[in-house]
Amino acid sequence: MAAERHGPANTTDYIVHHLTNLQAGEGFWTVHVDSVFYAVALGVLFCGSFYMAARKATAGVPGSWQNFVELIVEFVDEQVRDSFHGSSKLIAPLALTIFCWIFLMNFMDLVPVDLLPFLGEQVGVNYMKVVPTTDLNITFGMSITVFMLMLFYSIKIKGIKGFAEEMFLHPFGKWMMPFNFLLKVVEEVAKPISLALRLFGNLYAGELIFILLALFTLGLGAETAAETLANFANAGAIAQFFTQLILGLGWAIFHILIITLQAFIFMMLTIVYLSMAHEAH
Amino acid sequence: MSINATLLVQILVFGLLVWFTMKFVWPIILEAMAEREQRIADGLAAAEKGQADLNNAKSQADGIIAEAREKAREIVDGANARAGDIVDEGRSEGERERQRQLDSAQAEIEQEVSRVRDQLRAEVASIAVAGAERLLGKEIDANTHRQLLDSLAAEL
Repeated sequence: MAAERHGPANTTDYIVHHLTNLQAGEGFWTVHVDSVFYAVALGVLFCGSFYMAARKATAGVPGSWQNFVELIVEFVDEQVRDSFHGSSKLIAPLALTIFCWIFLMNFMDLVPVDLLPFLGEQVGVNYMKVVPTTDLNITFGMSITVFMLMLFYSIKIKGIKGFAEEMFLHPFGKWMMPFNFLLKVVEEVAKPISLALRLFGNLYAGELIFILLALFTLGLGAETAAETLANFANAGAIAQFFTQLILGLGWAIFHILIITLQAFIFMMLTIVYLSMAHEAH
Repeated sequence: MSINATLLVQILVFGLLVWFTMKFVWPIILEAMAEREQRIADGLAAAEKGQADLNNAKSQADGIIAEAREKAREIVDGANARAGDIVDEGRSEGERERQRQLDSAQAEIEQEVSRVRDQLRAEVASIAVAGAERLLGKEIDANTHRQLLDSLAAEL
C-alpha cells in the first residue's frame, strides 16, 4: 500500500483524486466508466468461472473448482430454502449472483489502493475507482432491481387487488387509507434504500480508511526510485512505513470479514424481501 | 458522488448476470449435485444389499458345509458298516469252508474205516479158520462152519 503515485504529493489532492470516478457523458447521462468496467469485468469473471464449472459438471468425483462452486451453490441454496418458502426458479440464481458478484466487487477493496490507479496512469487513465460497490449507482442499481422484483412478485402472487389491499388497508383498516398508504410506501421504499446505502457505506468507509492509511508514506514517493529510497533513509520515514504496514494489514484482515459479511447481508435481505413479497398478509 | 446513467447500466448488467446464472449455471450445477446425491444413495443401497447378499451366501455356505460334513460322516459310517459286514461275511465263509472240509475229511475217514472193516470182516473168517486149524491140528472145512463164521464177522 505504499504510495506509488506520481503527481502532487498534496493530501487533499490525493484523497479527492482517489474519490473521483472516470467519467464519460454529461449531466444525468454521465457513466462512471471505471465502476462499470470493474463491475462488468467481475461479473464476467463470476459468470465465466461458474459457467466453466457448470459445463464440466460431473455427477462423479468433482474437480476442486467444481467442488468449490458446489460449496457456494449449496450454501446459497440452503439460505434460500431456509428463508424462502415459495417456489421460484429465479430467486436462488439471483441470490447466488448477488453474493458472488458483490463479494468480488468488494474484494477489489483488498487490492492495494494505489496499484490499479497507478497502472492506469501509466496507460493514460487519470482517474480510477477500482471498488464498484463504493459507487452509489452500482449499489442502487442492484437494490432497485431487487425492489422491482419485489413489486413484480407482489403483484403477480397477490394480484392487483391483493397488492392494493396490502398497500391501503394495513395496518389501520379502511378509514385510514392515505395514512396506511404513506406508511406502506415508506416501509417499502426503505428496503432498497437501506440495502444500497448499507453496502455503499461499509465499502466506502473501508476504502476511505485504506486511502487515509496510505497517507503515512504519501510524501515519500519521488520521481525516481533512487530519490524514493533516499527519502526512506531516516528513522521517522521508516517508522511511518511500518505504522502504515501494520495498520493496513490489520484493517485488510478485518475487511475480509466485512466484504464477505456485506455480500451475505445483501443476499439474505434480498431473499427475505422477496419471500415477504410472495406471502400474503 | 451523484446518481446518473451508471445506475441504468448497472441495472442492465445485473439483469444480464442474473439471467445468465439462472440459465447456464444454477440448474446445471444443481442437477449434477442431485445426480451425485442419487448415485451416492444408490451406492450405499448397493453396498447394503451386497452386505446382505454376503451374509446370505455365508449362511448358505455354512449350511452346505454342515450338510457335506453330515454326508461325509454317513459315508464313513456306511463304509465302516460295510467293512464290518465284509469281515463278518469272510469269517462266516471261512467257517463254512472249514466245516465243509472238516465234514469231507470226516466222511473220508468214515469211508476208510468202513472199507477197512469190510476188508477185516472178509478176512476174519479165514483168520479164524487158520487159527482153529492151528489149534486143532487138522483141516477144517470152512463151509461147515459158515454160519458161525459169518456171525463172528458180523460182530466186528
